[in-house]
Amino acid sequence: MSGQQVINGLFLGSIYALFALGYTLVFGVLDILNLAHAAVFMLASFVALTLVASAGLHILLALPLAVLVAGLLGLVLERVAFRPLRGRADSNISGLISSLAMAAIFEAIAHEIWGPNVARFPFGTLTDKQLHVLGGVVSRLQLTIIGVALGLFLVLWWLVQRTRLGREVRAVAESPRAARILGVDVDRAIAASFFISSALGGAAGVLFGLAFNSVSPDMGRSVELKGLAVIILGGMGSMTGAVLAGFALGLVEVFVVAHLGGSYRDAVSFATLFLILVLRPRGLFGAPSLREA
Amino acid sequence: MRFAGRMSLAVIVALAFAAPASAKQTVKIGAALSMTGPAAAYGANQKVGIQAAVEEINKSGALKDVVLEAVIEDDASTKEQGIAVFQRFINKDRVAAIIGPTLSNTAYATNPLAQQAKVPVVAVSNTAPKGITDIGDYIWRVSLTEGQVIPGALKTLQGKLGFKKAGVLYGNDDAFTQAGYTVMKSALADLKIEVVAEQTFAKPDRDYNAQLTSLLALKPDILVVSALIENASGIVAQARQLGWTGPIFGGNGFNNPVLIKNAGPAAEGVYVGTAWNRSSTDEANTKFLASMKARGVDPDQFATQAYVGVLVVAEAIKQAGNKGGRDDIKAGFAKVMSLSTPLGKFSFLPNRDGDHTPAVQVVKDGKFQILQ
Repeated sequence: MSGQQVINGLFLGSIYALFALGYTLVFGVLDILNLAHAAVFMLASFVALTLVASAGLHILLALPLAVLVAGLLGLVLERVAFRPLRGRADSNISGLISSLAMAAIFEAIAHEIWGPNVARFPFGTLTDKQLHVLGGVVSRLQLTIIGVALGLFLVLWWLVQRTRLGREVRAVAESPRAARILGVDVDRAIAASFFISSALGGAAGVLFGLAFNSVSPDMGRSVELKGLAVIILGGMGSMTGAVLAGFALGLVEVFVVAHLGGSYRDAVSFATLFLILVLRPRGLFGAPSLREA
Repeated sequence: MRFAGRMSLAVIVALAFAAPASAKQTVKIGAALSMTGPAAAYGANQKVGIQAAVEEINKSGALKDVVLEAVIEDDASTKEQGIAVFQRFINKDRVAAIIGPTLSNTAYATNPLAQQAKVPVVAVSNTAPKGITDIGDYIWRVSLTEGQVIPGALKTLQGKLGFKKAGVLYGNDDAFTQAGYTVMKSALADLKIEVVAEQTFAKPDRDYNAQLTSLLALKPDILVVSALIENASGIVAQARQLGWTGPIFGGNGFNNPVLIKNAGPAAEGVYVGTAWNRSSTDEANTKFLASMKARGVDPDQFATQAYVGVLVVAEAIKQAGNKGGRDDIKAGFAKVMSLSTPLGKFSFLPNRDGDHTPAVQVVKDGKFQILQ
């Protein structure tokens, strides 16, 4: 595998990892899959595009704003799709379905505002200087994307491991009831994890839109299933797992496309997923079911 | 909307009639164009071309007592609607000839009806290499097939650039890009150009870095790509990002100014075969461009081919001794030889496909320009 392909894989993988992190965070806390995650991914990309193209903002200013909007959408999601169902016996499944409905609503909104066609960032959104690394070419755009992704991993790690909010979120993940008894505001912790999760998904969306310069209402579809594959591969709820599995999937995909052909792109990621589910259902980094006791 | 076109034509024809009337004979030409549906962008341009040609011919008096009338209907880019429109043209409007339909896919379904009813059809935008004019002796074609444009364009380009090794990338989940690839492959073989490797992608793909990297690692002199416009834009942009500064040759899917809009500076140095040499200084072409400019239209290949479709029907009427019956027109087609058109000197081949010289265009300074 040439240096260039490694760069391609890391680049793709950083977007997968970022997207999957948000997925896995909500799953870790609530044991719920938020299927509207891909729709937030898409909306954030459109918001950044509009800020850059219509309002004339610099992308490095538009990115945090779009990420903020994505975080707020996460709060809306939590309030509308998940909180009313919380505490019901079937909240895992009903939450899954209501998030699917929210995904459809978000997509319809995007259709209404931006139309069904592929939209693009204006040229020169990020000046495209090329640098030579590892015997390959890497553009400043790609470096920025990998850099932003790594930065966000660190911020998230710090937030979850080192802050009071992070401790509360982890406590709720262990047991909402115990957390409540210990004085944790459970609703606030859950809302916070939705905010963070959606902000990460939004960041992934903006970076994806920039990377391939293609923003459309259905862009979430392509990463939605990949994101699921990544969190299962990494171990549901494991953040380290999501990051490593994201990069692994990016590299594997690139390797497969280069050596077997483009037709096998999706086949291999899902074959890997299948193998993991059969051989090691808790994923590479998933904790053995500690919390069931 | 659909009737607006007919109304304005009716007015035009009425004006034509207002001229001193002798024994005028009106010959109706039906045009089945995709005004709605996925091919709507093509149909709109074709309509303009047809209307312009009909007006000009009537004004010139070249057909003496024959007055042309265009009846334009929407085939909605579908077979079903196309069939309905053809039935109407054949039985109700009783047209003398039909232009269209816009898509090859629709033509496979509609043209057998015309063949059976012995109504001549002129295809002006069907580029599928096989199965259009094969339907029967009443089916003729103005538009060059992919099989006619790509080999000629590649040959011209090789003469200019002298490449010896090509990397090939194509979409393998679409009939059109697949067919384009087949033509490219045999054209490359005929020119004895070595194919270093072939790579594929699917329509929903956005990331082509892996395919491009492995192609570029084999050091080709040129990238040859068969893709529809959205994929084409991404491929071109990413190839340039990976540092590829060499030529990129695209099939008909690239033949659209949207490519330049989408890929911007990355599109510079993209070569595309085209049936229409926009910058030809031939009189027929400069006249056509002026007439389109007067209408406020920036014509593309589709408008031009549709315009030529009407010219060819008029020439057939003339060759038949200014008679506009269905069989007169069919017999006249066979006598169309080296007709001056914006596409160049136009004739029909023995298999009823059109014949004229294709050109190569290159993206330069943000515009498609003909490679001189």
